[in-house]
Amino acid sequence: MASRYVGQKIKRTEDPRLIKGIGHYVDDIKLPDTLHCVILHSIYAHARINSIDTEAAAALPGVVAIYTGADIKDKIGNVPVASALETLKVPPHPVLAVDKVRYVGEPVAAVVANDKYIARDALDLIVVDYDPLDAVVDPEKTAAGEGPLIHEQFSDNIAVTWKLEGGSSIDDAFKNADRIVKQRLVNQRLAPIAMEPRGVLARYLPGENELTLWSSTQIPHLMRTQVALMIGLPENRLRVITPEVGGGFGSKLNVYGEEALCSFISMQLHRPVKWIETRRENIQNTIHGRGQIGNMEVAVKNDGTLLGLKYKVIADLGAYHQLLTPAIPTLTGLMLSGAYKIPAILMELTGVFTNKVATDAYRGAGRPEATFIVERIVDVVAQELNLDPVDVRRRNFPKPNEFPFATATGLFYDSGNYDAALDKALEMVDYKELRTQQKKARDEGKLIGIGVSSYVEICALGPSAAMPAGGWESATVRVEPTGKVTVLTGTSPHGQGQETSFAQIVADSLGVDLNDVLVIHGDTSIVQYGIGTFGSRATAVGGTAVVMAMDKVVTKAKKIAAHLLQAGDAEISFDNGKFCCVTRAPEKAAAEGVGGAVVQSPAAALPEPNPGKTVSIQEVALAAHLANNLPPDTEPGLSATHFFEPKNFTFPFGTHICVVEVDKETGEIEILRYVAVDDCGKVINPLLVHGQVHGGIVQGLGQALYEEVVYDETGQLITGTLMDYAVPKAHQMPRMELDRTETPTDVNPLGIKGVGEAGTIGATPCIVNAVVDALSQFGVRDIEMPLKPEKLWRLMNQN
Amino acid sequence: MIPASFDYHRPTSIEETLSLLSKFGDDAKILSGGHSLVPAMKLRLAQPGVIIDIGKVPGMSEIRQDGDAIVIGALVTHYQVESSDLVKRLCPLLAQTAEQIGDVQVRNRGTIGGSLAHSDPAADYPAAMLALGAEITAVGPKGKRTIKADDFFVDMLTTALEPNEILTEIRVPATGSNKVAYLKVPQSASGFAIVGVAVNLTTNGNSDCKSARIGITGLSARAFRANGVESGLAGKALDAPTIKSASSKAADGQDPLSDIHASGDYRAHLARVYTQRAIEQALS
Repeated sequence: MASRYVGQKIKRTEDPRLIKGIGHYVDDIKLPDTLHCVILHSIYAHARINSIDTEAAAALPGVVAIYTGADIKDKIGNVPVASALETLKVPPHPVLAVDKVRYVGEPVAAVVANDKYIARDALDLIVVDYDPLDAVVDPEKTAAGEGPLIHEQFSDNIAVTWKLEGGSSIDDAFKNADRIVKQRLVNQRLAPIAMEPRGVLARYLPGENELTLWSSTQIPHLMRTQVALMIGLPENRLRVITPEVGGGFGSKLNVYGEEALCSFISMQLHRPVKWIETRRENIQNTIHGRGQIGNMEVAVKNDGTLLGLKYKVIADLGAYHQLLTPAIPTLTGLMLSGAYKIPAILMELTGVFTNKVATDAYRGAGRPEATFIVERIVDVVAQELNLDPVDVRRRNFPKPNEFPFATATGLFYDSGNYDAALDKALEMVDYKELRTQQKKARDEGKLIGIGVSSYVEICALGPSAAMPAGGWESATVRVEPTGKVTVLTGTSPHGQGQETSFAQIVADSLGVDLNDVLVIHGDTSIVQYGIGTFGSRATAVGGTAVVMAMDKVVTKAKKIAAHLLQAGDAEISFDNGKFCCVTRAPEKAAAEGVGGAVVQSPAAALPEPNPGKTVSIQEVALAAHLANNLPPDTEPGLSATHFFEPKNFTFPFGTHICVVEVDKETGEIEILRYVAVDDCGKVINPLLVHGQVHGGIVQGLGQALYEEVVYDETGQLITGTLMDYAVPKAHQMPRMELDRTETPTDVNPLGIKGVGEAGTIGATPCIVNAVVDALSQFGVRDIEMPLKPEKLWRLMNQN
Repeated sequence: MIPASFDYHRPTSIEETLSLLSKFGDDAKILSGGHSLVPAMKLRLAQPGVIIDIGKVPGMSEIRQDGDAIVIGALVTHYQVESSDLVKRLCPLLAQTAEQIGDVQVRNRGTIGGSLAHSDPAADYPAAMLALGAEITAVGPKGKRTIKADDFFVDMLTTALEPNEILTEIRVPATGSNKVAYLKVPQSASGFAIVGVAVNLTTNGNSDCKSARIGITGLSARAFRANGVESGLAGKALDAPTIKSASSKAADGQDPLSDIHASGDYRAHLARVYTQRAIEQALS
């Protein structure tokens, strides 16, 4: 395969339309006669609904319809949850609240009007009579049994308890330890804040009995299946189109009520119905991430060897389950071995209902939580044993010859060279010299901290056996009669850049120009079923499906080319878009020459050697479609579809190091250096990889320093706007020094692992470790995120 | 953005603006750059029935020199202030303050008149106005009047402007060889000042302070002059102990705000630390 494109820094072909503002997001799609839907949200965290008076609102000119929970409860199914946990309590999750509201923002009624201003005005005219109840806000108190029942059909607010125990005996590990190191560690609630909030446009055509649903989602096909079930429409009558999606970070890896609601309303009113989320709704109603309060205990030897790990965690699940709510803390459990050999691991999860919006997948989805607690506890171990945190990490790494590496949690890490990534990062910062400088700076009264984080994550989700809704991915590769190539992928890129990277793969393989390849995704009527884009899977799994489909195309094309060149299959080489007759086997040609079928071909009438003669992929494509000169038993056309089922996940890894200075007087933090060495296997496009790592670090840094969803004790959302919820801004970012090591995987033929979440996973503990290191002279072992300067100031002045 | 409905007027003179104001009274809001009003309308925290957009009123969009002062029209954007050679030369404190407001988009749209008239307790400009001894011109039915910055900021979101008056321009004395600085601690989400300190010192040579004006924003309900700091500096040699001791009075007499971003204690502490740093920066 010639590499004109793969491995090269190719600019994203998606970008010009997005930069010019001429791409189409859901709200940019304007259909005539569209009705606008606006949702009334609960103002209470927990309350009974006595009555809803919609009379005045309905009387407002321009209002077409108003729906409440009572109107639709028998007509639209519940919001779905995909979970294999047997003990999980699954309360009904209605699209609009019935009888009771359970979090601030819960949808209570929907107004549909001729324009969104009228619809919004009408909301203010709806009178809901509530009986407020005490709110369940604190997950720890809830786990301890405090607070009123959120779902009265259950005996308590414990949604699930789950235990994971693996490896050797955990009791022996703790018995044989030189020391047991304990630390409470908290992953606070975060809001994903995609740049484009969610949006839905539904158009039902009664004559055709067809519903088209435009949705800002990461999973168009899964959504089609679920929404069809929710509204009782045959799945093949529902077409989901995913236009441009302005980021998801897991928040759009979900099925929310609004898709089904707008679909239902369009079917009722026979007009298109649009709902576009506001930013406030986005912070309040779209899923949150993280929300784990844990206690870590590790059994160690005095040399830093890890013998066992216990993690007892309370997960703040929120009032209802969204699609993957309970699967996030369990994924944390699977990843508790981190980048280390830990012979015995125990996790005990208590997932609690609280009067808050659901938590679910947010960039990393369980792995950042795991990496954070593992990388923090390793630093606490180093601190307690007075060891260098780098040495403790290195001591516990599995070595390259130990892969595939089986963890106590039941995973098989595919490949890895953790020392190499660590070494490269250490070299980039000149670690030894850095520690010397740190000591010198401390002597001068400066608070310099160095943070290291060596992560491993789980990507390329994943084998179907380990997934709630299929882990395979699909692709069709079609060479059109003119030689242009159309790729249909079941993934649903929403900022990752696969329109470019898939085109790179295909253009190289088929020897065509990059601009001759069109990658189509996100339309269930055009693209064969697929799973979607999440879990850093699109290129590793979806890209592999493309490669497999392309192999089928090339095999067929070779056969046609051989026929055109009057050569046997084995004598055809394919390079840079040209099929070439390399040598000619006379006896085979002679044998063919007497074959009946070949007599039909004019070329076959002159069977003579054609070494060096070539035919292009474009010529083959044309021949495949003209179909008047094809080998026997060959179907016309040049297209193939492949459904790829991976045999394992992939496990990327890396080391991040940062250096911070803490202002002794104020606690303010300055990041002096940030170095990231990531290993995501082979790379298709280094620009895209860098972009993913940059963005990931930004969000990881956001969790470490700035971001936190705050509810007060009555369950009111305090951080309801971007004036209070602190998403990191460009000027708050350090310069990032990036490098890579490259350890291929054999899980897929491309040798790639995935990189969509690595930055987020590596960054958070790296920064916290650095800040704790800076404050270690004050006896600080941990600081709860976000690391607000005031917290640091108080820690430095507590005595 | 789905605000409540409103009537929109775009006057082309101050007289027309005033007559609209008197006609609609409390139901009317003046729209300048819109960076405080529009977000409030978006969330329906503000639902004015009438918007009077003064963007096309002539004569309020320029910065000019008037003797030993700079006169800045109410519609001048923060970007105009931060990039003005005149401001940088004659009143660098103001340019320093403007460049620390919000972000590029805010600075391109937001106006000095809008910011002052809104009087957000965490806005940056008020601190600078107090430190500079600016004069604010208001025009109302009874004609024009001048309000000293010291008298302008009355309380949270409340100024000395009468409901039927509009702010037309700001007059800022040139600071000549004064030592000036504006330093702030931005709130991490909004960029507003958790604390912002503006320093304007007149010195004999480099070491003796003749007079001091210190304006502090963000700490309490309104921007204020830190009198204790000023008197701790005036007439003294500006050595380190003097600066430290004077700065320790930065929060005296104030009732600090407290929210999820910073407690009152911490805000007061930051006011003291950043007052000292701003003085040191002014002298450096």
